[in-house]
Amino acid sequence: MSDIINLTLSALIDKIKNKELSSQEITKAYIARAEKSKNLNTYITTDFENAIEKAKKFDEKGNFDYKLPGVPLAVKDLFCTNNLKTTAGSKILSNFIPSYESTVTQHLWDEGAILLGKLNCDEFAMGSSNETSFFGNVESPVGKKVVPGGSSGGSASALAAKLTPATIGTDTGGSIRQPASFTGTVGLKPTYGSCSRYGIVAFASSLDQAGPMTQDVSDAALMLDVISKYDTKDSTSVNFKRGDYFKSLSSNIKGKKIGIPKEYRVDGMPKEIESLWQDGITLLKKLGAKIIDISLPHTKYALPAYYIVAPAEASSNLARYDGVKYGYRSEGENLISMYENTRSEGFGDEVKRRIMIGTYVLSSGYYDAYYLKAQKIRRLIKNDFDEAYKSVDAILTPSTPSSAFKIGDKTDDPVSMYLNDIFTVPVNLSGLPAISIPAGKDKNNYPLGLQLIGKAFEEQNLLDISYSMEKELSFKNNLQDWWIK
Amino acid sequence: MSIDLKTIKHIAKLSRISIDDKKAKELEKDLNSIFEFIEALNKVDTKKVDPLTSIAETSLKLRGDEVKTKNIREQILKNSPDENKDFFVVPKVVE
Repeated sequence: MSDIINLTLSALIDKIKNKELSSQEITKAYIARAEKSKNLNTYITTDFENAIEKAKKFDEKGNFDYKLPGVPLAVKDLFCTNNLKTTAGSKILSNFIPSYESTVTQHLWDEGAILLGKLNCDEFAMGSSNETSFFGNVESPVGKKVVPGGSSGGSASALAAKLTPATIGTDTGGSIRQPASFTGTVGLKPTYGSCSRYGIVAFASSLDQAGPMTQDVSDAALMLDVISKYDTKDSTSVNFKRGDYFKSLSSNIKGKKIGIPKEYRVDGMPKEIESLWQDGITLLKKLGAKIIDISLPHTKYALPAYYIVAPAEASSNLARYDGVKYGYRSEGENLISMYENTRSEGFGDEVKRRIMIGTYVLSSGYYDAYYLKAQKIRRLIKNDFDEAYKSVDAILTPSTPSSAFKIGDKTDDPVSMYLNDIFTVPVNLSGLPAISIPAGKDKNNYPLGLQLIGKAFEEQNLLDISYSMEKELSFKNNLQDWWIK
Repeated sequence: MSIDLKTIKHIAKLSRISIDDKKAKELEKDLNSIFEFIEALNKVDTKKVDPLTSIAETSLKLRGDEVKTKNIREQILKNSPDENKDFFVVPKVVE
């Protein structure tokens, strides 16, 4: 059984197709491990009985031509799942049972995958350490009392702890890439418009994007093949010609031009991150890529602009939680006080902070000074990338300015928590695809990631470069299973 | 620029979130430190820059208004916090 959980997604699929392993054997192996890993707090809701039933059905008369034939998967609890509780990590949705399925999860099931359950995340995906969830903190398997990053923290932790062979998360400002970096896994944020947002609990609609979190780059390509599809139910879904990402993977990157932005060399960045980045540059040269120094001059304004745009959109999106049609409701002597008490008790502190910021920047008299200003800055940040891509094919940066930290270390100061996303946020503001791959470890043996940022809709290029780097890096998490009970 | 307690309470009202004085003071501190960080944007001259509202920047596509999911009335009402099975119920609005 320990062999099963150590297989990558693509290896697992090969074994199912060759009839070496049944869907039931695999599903039961992941469930057994999850039962012993409860103290990581990765799951909000499990659907194990149904999963075994579905696996049995698959073994009896499943279609082995599917891309994910009988593969059990757990997903972030931000994706609506028909008839299964979907909470977004919030008290206000703690009893919500959707009557529909998100498009991207539907794609998984249509390709033969089986739902194991719903994974913990920061409340409404607002957080960088999975400490804002109503359902408690998630611990990372990389170290005791260490955060897995966020907001897809439960997904990253479950993946790294081998409780699911792969998973999907969502990324609004780094919520796939930062936890991937913290847990030694691969996280891909596709181009805005690649993966449908239909049925994903909305945070900031112009930034949100779903994407794969996997053990290696091939698995990410495979998952992207499944979830990246045009969808008429999402008005911002883009109908472009998608690649055959997994089949087309190539490790030949000779002559590719990789940009190194000087603005990502920030004050106070630990030496180990600086040398990780330098080693990445050396490796790319060895692989035949051409390194070019570039400038993205407005980088330092990305995070402040993000903290206007994202809360503004969030305050508007979260206005729907009023205790009337679904979700938690509190009492009140009249309609307004019912709303106010419901939202006060139903939302956690970070969500309330962001709703308040958003409401303020959109309020009469402040709209031009804040919201409009931020949108103009957003244009300048995107222009920086457009200019850079005239001379390079992709950009290499560290994924995060530090490695994983301890639970509780940054909860007192919102701004210090926000700084975690300094290297990931510009990508969301510009709608670009980016991937974080594990590239090394710090002095505590915690993983460190490198980020590759690509041109819009050129995920294949990004996957090829990271695939070629991954082969040489041969990163191993070597976790000691300390959390198993 | 700083946000005072009165403004915090006004924003809370607009946000439909009830807060007590202790919470208001906490939020005053947090929001001021966040806005101090945001003020950095004022250093950038954006007079000649057009705002970027969406990455897609295309006009919204139209589709037919067709019913695709049927007979889920009960399922939807089941999520209603009030026990009445036939309607969404709110506290009395009209006297």
